[in-house]
Amino acid sequence: MALLSIRNLTTIFNCEEGQLKACSNVSLDINPGQTLGIIGETGCGKSVLGMSVLRLLPANAVINGQIMYKNQDLLTLPDKEMCKVRGSEIGFLPQSPSTSLNPVLSIGEQLTEGLQLHRGMIKEKARIIALDILRSLGLKDSARTSAEYPHQLSGGMKQRVLAAISISGQPSLLIADEPTKGLDAVNRIQVVDLLRQLSRKTRASLLLITHDLKVAAALCDEIAVMYSGEIVEKGPAEQVLNNPLHPYTQGLVASLPERGLYPIPGHSPGLLDDSPGCRFYSRCPIGNEKCKCQPIINREVDGVHVRCLYIDQSGGAQQRIYGRGFQSEAG
Amino acid sequence: MLNYISRRLVLLLIVVLGVTIMTFVSMNLAPGDPAEMIAMARYGLENLTAEEVEHIRISEGLDAPVWIQYTHWLAHALRGDFGRSLVTGDPVLQEIIVRAPATLMLALASLIVSLLIAIPAGIISAAKQNSLLDYLARSGALLGASMPNFWLALLLILLFSVTLGWLPVFGYGELRHIILPAVTLGTGLAAVSTRLIRSSMLEVLEQDYITTARAKGLREGNIISRHAFKNAFIPVITVIGLQLGHLLEGTVIVESIFGWPGLGKLLVDSIFARDYALIQACVLLFAVFFVLINLLVDILYVYLDPRIRYEKKG
Repeated sequence: MALLSIRNLTTIFNCEEGQLKACSNVSLDINPGQTLGIIGETGCGKSVLGMSVLRLLPANAVINGQIMYKNQDLLTLPDKEMCKVRGSEIGFLPQSPSTSLNPVLSIGEQLTEGLQLHRGMIKEKARIIALDILRSLGLKDSARTSAEYPHQLSGGMKQRVLAAISISGQPSLLIADEPTKGLDAVNRIQVVDLLRQLSRKTRASLLLITHDLKVAAALCDEIAVMYSGEIVEKGPAEQVLNNPLHPYTQGLVASLPERGLYPIPGHSPGLLDDSPGCRFYSRCPIGNEKCKCQPIINREVDGVHVRCLYIDQSGGAQQRIYGRGFQSEAG
Repeated sequence: MLNYISRRLVLLLIVVLGVTIMTFVSMNLAPGDPAEMIAMARYGLENLTAEEVEHIRISEGLDAPVWIQYTHWLAHALRGDFGRSLVTGDPVLQEIIVRAPATLMLALASLIVSLLIAIPAGIISAAKQNSLLDYLARSGALLGASMPNFWLALLLILLFSVTLGWLPVFGYGELRHIILPAVTLGTGLAAVSTRLIRSSMLEVLEQDYITTARAKGLREGNIISRHAFKNAFIPVITVIGLQLGHLLEGTVIVESIFGWPGLGKLLVDSIFARDYALIQACVLLFAVFFVLINLLVDILYVYLDPRIRYEKKG
């Protein structure tokens, strides 16, 4: 039984230029305790997907479909009920630690408000628990940290504080939005450790949104590859990364530095573009007229769902397009 | 921090010195013979003779070059002697001390009125962006900003004093006397502050930390009052400080209309009478107020914004 089950999620932004389809027909499942990675390049709609689940998109966004969480559809929940879900059922770890903490409130104030709200604690109790959480996430001098303001902390400390906030309501699902964006290699490893720590500690499911294939490989049980608002491939992490089927996934893997840094030629189509066929068509080395005009149906090969016409049933793309596959040594 | 304040106080001295020089020069450039005006004020128009005018010119030192007059004044002022009113002969300092509380009270009341209007209006306007309430607040602000004080004062008098008879036309001493002048000044200020609070709030509501707060499950009201407002209000404080300075300017007109016995009215009266000593002292006091208020704002900043608190320490 899936904890979160997204069905035909379509998120559209009404802009002056027209309707921008950031997610189209996305269907995903996350089981309890499982880590699902959404990978894809910047602008593919993966962050919008996460924010759609939390219903934290700007007013011009229209979300359609179904987001079933513990057997209730989050999209039909009244605002007041949705507030109760945020923080206590679904925690959120934002992408830029430097701007995601309120500059004029102390760390303690920002951490205890969730505890007071969701776990009904009085201020003193919340303070004690907050210090515990900070300590458990490696902030040893938690009393001092709690009295400090965001500008006094390092980036890594801010990330830990945000992690503490995200788990303070004891959520069953954590959404981490690009937690390693803009970090150097050392910090990236620390964040991966931090996320491992979080899922061990909370046993919560994790929806990890990232463009970093290595982070995804290190943490995820399942991976969904997103391209231009659509899920083009999803399946067990190892299989998707080691034996990518969709030409885009293959391209992503081949563009890794240790795979030879082969970039995918061209640019992704704008999200305003609403042609019926494969969205990767213009960049795909094996695409033809058929891909351009007809809607692409998901196919299943060995438990991996692929949105491509040229996947044969024997398992694997007809041809290996970009060199070798992704070996798991990077994890 | 102390270092910072003392630097600012030195700056204050320079500003004030500049202001006194400017006032002195511009007074001397103004048309009309001060000796004649003073003689007229003292003896009346019908008794005015050329000898008396000359006598006043010499006795008040008005025949000396401007810079000598100025250094003379400055030397006395530095010792706390601002001279005597050329018209009434009373000590200037005493006159000002009597009048100052009325103006300060009016300025404070106007500020309170303006914040009582601007804070809720600005917040609602931003929180319900592009709603009917937002349009109402914005057009109200536009109206308030473009309406001159003296006209609004007359309209208010017409409505509340003449037509409805609820409030006195002018006077001083009771709470009901301060309402109309404070509302006149306060609404003008509120117009600017409302727009400012609105745009500042809108900017803050877009920030990542507001998303973090929402993701915690906090209610919108809590997010606005606790997370957004404190951040949004910081830049607004600077402008409120500057506004207080303009408020002193506004009192000049409003005090005259409502017969409010404050410094503004004193200044206008002394300008008409060419009472140099009094003008000089009034302007000096306004300048000191202005600079002190802005210093106060900067100190307040330090208490509102933790980021500044620690930068200054280093």
